[in-house]
Amino acid sequence: MCLGIPAQVMEIAESVAIVDVGGVRREVSVELIDDVATGDWVIIHAGFAIQKLDPEEAEKTLRLFKEIADAIP
Amino acid sequence: MRYLDAFRDPSLARALVEKIHSLGAGRPPVRVMEVCGTHTMAIARNGIRALLGGGVILVSGPGCPVCVTHDGYIDTAIALGRRPEVVLATFGDMVKVPGTSSSLEKERGNGADVRVVYSPLDAVELAARSPEREIVFLGVGFETTAPTIAGAIEAASRRGLANFSVLASVRTIPGAMDVLAADPAVRIEGFLCPAHVSAIIGSDAYRPLVEKRGIPCVVAGFEPLDILCGISMLLLQKREGAARVENEYSRVATPGGNRKALALIGRVFEKCDTSWRGIGVLPGTGLAIAEAYAAFDAERKFGIEVPLTERETACRCGDVLKGIITPRECSLFAKACTPEDPVGPCMVSSEGTCAAFFKYGVQ
Repeated sequence: MCLGIPAQVMEIAESVAIVDVGGVRREVSVELIDDVATGDWVIIHAGFAIQKLDPEEAEKTLRLFKEIADAIP
Repeated sequence: MRYLDAFRDPSLARALVEKIHSLGAGRPPVRVMEVCGTHTMAIARNGIRALLGGGVILVSGPGCPVCVTHDGYIDTAIALGRRPEVVLATFGDMVKVPGTSSSLEKERGNGADVRVVYSPLDAVELAARSPEREIVFLGVGFETTAPTIAGAIEAASRRGLANFSVLASVRTIPGAMDVLAADPAVRIEGFLCPAHVSAIIGSDAYRPLVEKRGIPCVVAGFEPLDILCGISMLLLQKREGAARVENEYSRVATPGGNRKALALIGRVFEKCDTSWRGIGVLPGTGLAIAEAYAAFDAERKFGIEVPLTERETACRCGDVLKGIITPRECSLFAKACTPEDPVGPCMVSSEGTCAAFFKYGVQ
């Protein structure tokens, strides 16, 4: 029930945005997040963007996977 | 899809699985509980339990909001749905859940108007389009969903929609984790904390639990590499003898969470005691609609109160929800209780532990 899907913001008009979810466009409320801009990635849940997705942190986590896998136990 | 595929890479998954094996070798198995239905499903769908070897026992907790909603709530929703003026708007997961003697699906067959919506805002739109009907949204969920329900209530208030209300059954997860952490029958040694609940409440929300109970907590995303990495991080903490909060899902969850969403929850809801199916009443783990928004509270509006009743059946959902047994240890599992004809909510909900074990043949 807490499933949230990454989506990219395509257009914003006040507190509503059109987002692209894997090629499908849908309207979501962005009233729960600050400073959202076209091109940002957000997590959508039940018709709302509930948080922004930070691309730098995503890269860090992908590096963390390798570090943990390679570390000597 | 961007931000999904990279977190599903099979070669990295193999490397993390090897790491988990080497961390577990020669040590007693570590009991790790996940408390999120989306984790439950992702673990089952990706066959993660079978990959982990003997070093980890993955236990599912009360992470499915539909599953922990008690019969009294379903019965109240059904009673409301029998009023001719009422339209029940609900997330799809609730439709098949059995109450004491019926379900929303059965009621729909008897003429009740039950509509499945994707967002609480859809229910607000329905109210705007149907001024002659009373729209009651079944507001079931955890912290992830709470701001969306609160947002719908504020939207209805702004628009002056007097025919919209919410039958709230909103729960907050850290208090339930604390109770389970203290239960010797459950024996939790590490928590895999929910991704999107944490996106709202923040990873710091688990600090009191870690300090009080000395149990490591790792916030993890829902993709296979997120889960495998989260388990590795828990095992690394156990190996060090440490207990702290770590955050694998930093791309979305921050230490402080979503302040705007938390402020909205604070405006619309207030803490209350609530009952968790199979666990009982846990003080302060519910969110009730605050006085300022009483006009949108279905309980106050219709002069009803949700009783905390539960049916007596052989169903052991309660023990499944606490991680004391796996679904296969319940005598009804896959015999008297199947997704087609469920006895308990853990088999009904698409995120229930029993449904996950049934669908993916988890042993």
